[in-house]
Amino acid sequence: MADNIKVTIDNITIEVPMGTTILEAARKIGGDVAPPTMCYYSKLKGSGGKCRTCLVEVSKGSEKDPRPMPKLVASCRTGVMDGMEVKSMTSEKVIDARKGVTEFLLLNHPLDCPVCDQAGECDLQNLGYDHGNAGTRYDYDRRAFEPEDIGPYIQLHMNRCIMCFRCVFTADQLTDTREHGILDRGDHARISTCISKALDNDFIGNVIDVCPVGALTDKTFRFKNRVWFTKPVDAHRNCSNPKCCGEVRLWMRGEEVFRVTARKDEWGEVANASNGETGWICNECRFEKKETKDWVIEGPTKVNRHSVIAQGHYAGKVGTAKQPVLIDKVIGKAPKLTLDIHDVSGVNKPSYHLDQIEGPAHSDDFK
Amino acid sequence: MKLLLENAHIEGIRYYEAYRKHGGYRSVEKALKMTPDEIVEEVKKSGLRGRGGAGFPTGMKWSFLAKPEGVPRHLVCNADESEPGTFKDRYLMEFLPHLLIEGLIVSSFALGSNATYIYIRGEYAWIPDILEQAIAEAKNNGWLGKNIQNSGFDCEIYVQRGGGAYICGEETALIESLEGKRGNPRIKPPFPAVQGLWMRPTVVNNVETLAAVVPIINMGGEEYGKLGVGRSTGTKLMSACGNLNKPGVYEIPFDLTVEEFIFSDEYCGGIPNGKRLKACIPGGSSVPILPANLLLKDAKGNTRQMNYESLAEGGFATGSMLGSGGFIVLDEDQCVVRHTMSLARFYNHESCGQCSPCREGTGWMYKILKSIEYGKGRMEDIDLLWDIQRRIEGNTICPLGDAAAWPVAAAIRHFRDEFEWHVLHPEEAQTRNYGLAHYADPREVVAG
Ligand SMILES: Cc1cc2nc3c(=O)[nH]c(=O)nc-3n(C[C@H](O)[C@H](O)[C@H](O)COP(=O)(O)O)c2cc1C
Ligand code: SF4
Ligand code: SF4
Ligand code: FES
Repeated sequence: MADNIKVTIDNITIEVPMGTTILEAARKIGGDVAPPTMCYYSKLKGSGGKCRTCLVEVSKGSEKDPRPMPKLVASCRTGVMDGMEVKSMTSEKVIDARKGVTEFLLLNHPLDCPVCDQAGECDLQNLGYDHGNAGTRYDYDRRAFEPEDIGPYIQLHMNRCIMCFRCVFTADQLTDTREHGILDRGDHARISTCISKALDNDFIGNVIDVCPVGALTDKTFRFKNRVWFTKPVDAHRNCSNPKCCGEVRLWMRGEEVFRVTARKDEWGEVANASNGETGWICNECRFEKKETKDWVIEGPTKVNRHSVIAQGHYAGKVGTAKQPVLIDKVIGKAPKLTLDIHDVSGVNKPSYHLDQIEGPAHSDDFK
Repeated sequence: MKLLLENAHIEGIRYYEAYRKHGGYRSVEKALKMTPDEIVEEVKKSGLRGRGGAGFPTGMKWSFLAKPEGVPRHLVCNADESEPGTFKDRYLMEFLPHLLIEGLIVSSFALGSNATYIYIRGEYAWIPDILEQAIAEAKNNGWLGKNIQNSGFDCEIYVQRGGGAYICGEETALIESLEGKRGNPRIKPPFPAVQGLWMRPTVVNNVETLAAVVPIINMGGEEYGKLGVGRSTGTKLMSACGNLNKPGVYEIPFDLTVEEFIFSDEYCGGIPNGKRLKACIPGGSSVPILPANLLLKDAKGNTRQMNYESLAEGGFATGSMLGSGGFIVLDEDQCVVRHTMSLARFYNHESCGQCSPCREGTGWMYKILKSIEYGKGRMEDIDLLWDIQRRIEGNTICPLGDAAAWPVAAAIRHFRDEFEWHVLHPEEAQTRNYGLAHYADPREVVAG
């Protein structure tokens, strides 16, 4: 295509259409070149730019104007230029800044992973393992809010919120009326409805899927199980809501459906449905259809092998990264380690090693 | 030579009659006979730099304004003045409202803005009435409204009160707030010159910047440019406060020395009670604090002058910035730790909370400074503070993050011994101040 331009990220050159962001270009390369993202969500207009985890160094602006950019830039909101050279994980400055941002994000975070429903699929947990330090240098009281029930299905744990604004964009762009938003400012800002009003819009359940942490969780699933004990299965039903794709992921244990979510792609975002639209699902599919007979089962989900959920040998992997090539190119920096939640979580410390279990992990294995 | 405050003490100058009698609105008469481009050219020639803090050349900013066919453009006057130590815009608006209105009319004509806004700080509760009265007077006399002075140019000026948030002084947060939204800074690009207010091309300028357009048009850009030193042209309003005999708003020439500004009777009249000078923040709370020995002379030994270049001499290692002109003086009885703590509290309170380094980092710095100030600090806290500010600076959406980081960095850089003394003598630090130490006023002046 004539409009394609060349951009080099961590010494890997790729051609992308004009108007692509650095982040999207890096995701095309894949693997660890792609900066971590906590607020950007490709499916939500206007998202990104806030968390600053995706900062990268632009060491050459473009072919025309090769000057480097003076500051690190948010890759999710910066467009590529022809001949641009970007350093992500090959830049000391970037690594240091990401460490800083990770520390900032964890500062007021309660570190209650053992009792958090998001544990195991939490972007902040992953970020902490990849870029955080052991221990904290912060020894003051953390921000404290009481958990709040916002409507029949959703619980808000404001203590865990990282202010990514994704849920606000989701409600703005998916539902007819937005009933929640950000009150106050600075480190006392919070997500709330004005007077704990119920969020009861047909599509509001999607805020649970976009929330990168455990701030918005599914009340119908709370404490019922750990995500890594349940087995994800793709399924669909003929949903009567015209805006709902009806294509979901069931989180099952045995024959029991514990949780229904949208399907996610390799970047943790809601994936496109078979009709090409973003696969948002309605509240009925998410909260009301908890029996196998409600669904046509398609088969086990393919899970990224880095994921905690994949600890028990899942088939295949969604990622496109060419890892071996990468290691040569990124000056010997090893790709991120497969993390083991059992080493860090205070609860669920089985004496079994997950990779010794045949097939998908099942809670029966830990009796 | 005074260009802005020349007539400030004339009785009734706040009202149209007196203002017009003393040469008011002459620049509008002159400007309406010029083309908009000619006015922009004059402002370019004048070398005027933005008085809101960053010092960006105004003429250049104006020439960046996108002019797509059929899309309205806007001029917005930034009167949100909330930087601690800065109160010059208030003085202008309160005592010379017509000077601002006159500057706004000329600038609106130059930029093609038919609807111009003044966004004013919420706490300036009494000033919108003064401005609105001036606008009404100007309108009654044909300087505003439809077809101004038969020129074919229409212009309205609207006054909008802010809700009292410092962050709404940041130009894109201001625009969001004007649009009726939460005052969060926008992520740039796009810049306001292309997509600003209601996604239309917009110029945001400080009150003093826009008022300075009046003398520029009256005397010609070239004459204005001859005043001052180097790239600091014209005159500057300074708001001086702290330990001074005569705090207040002064219009200064750029070749004035810092020493003269603080100690001469024409300006601040020295430091009260025979105390000595310890430190100074020369340009509003965001700019680096300087100890007396680096304030009066720069590191090379040259006498410092009150202008953009001279105050910045030495970079952040040994220099500071002219900023918005909020000149805060600390005498020997002031505690730098306490002072830095109260600034950190301010930035913590005013952070909009959008981006993580600023939202979390400002609160963290405040808590550490508070513990040092109240005798609970540890040595490693000082290095930790340094580490935190370093990781905020440059990594945020808007410059508030930098503004929060710089004062902490400068305080540690220049006054580290005072921080260490607080840590080592936690009890004594509760009963007395550290005093002057080696960064004393080199002249050993004891002013009367
Ligand atoms: C946190 C923050 C607060 C600001 N507050 C003000 C203000 O109160 N008044 C002002 O004129 N500019 C303020 N500015 C600077 C504006 O963003 C903008 O640069 C200025 O209005 C441009 O006008 P000028 O070119 O005439 O200086 C602030 C900037 C930041 C980052
Ligand atoms: S509740 Fe979740 S989605 Fe909403 S801003 Fe907080 S972290 Fe983001
Ligand atoms: S730097 Fe601070 S004030 Fe500016 S956008 Fe970020 S959080 Fe808001
Ligand atoms: S993902 Fe880019 S700033 Fe959050």
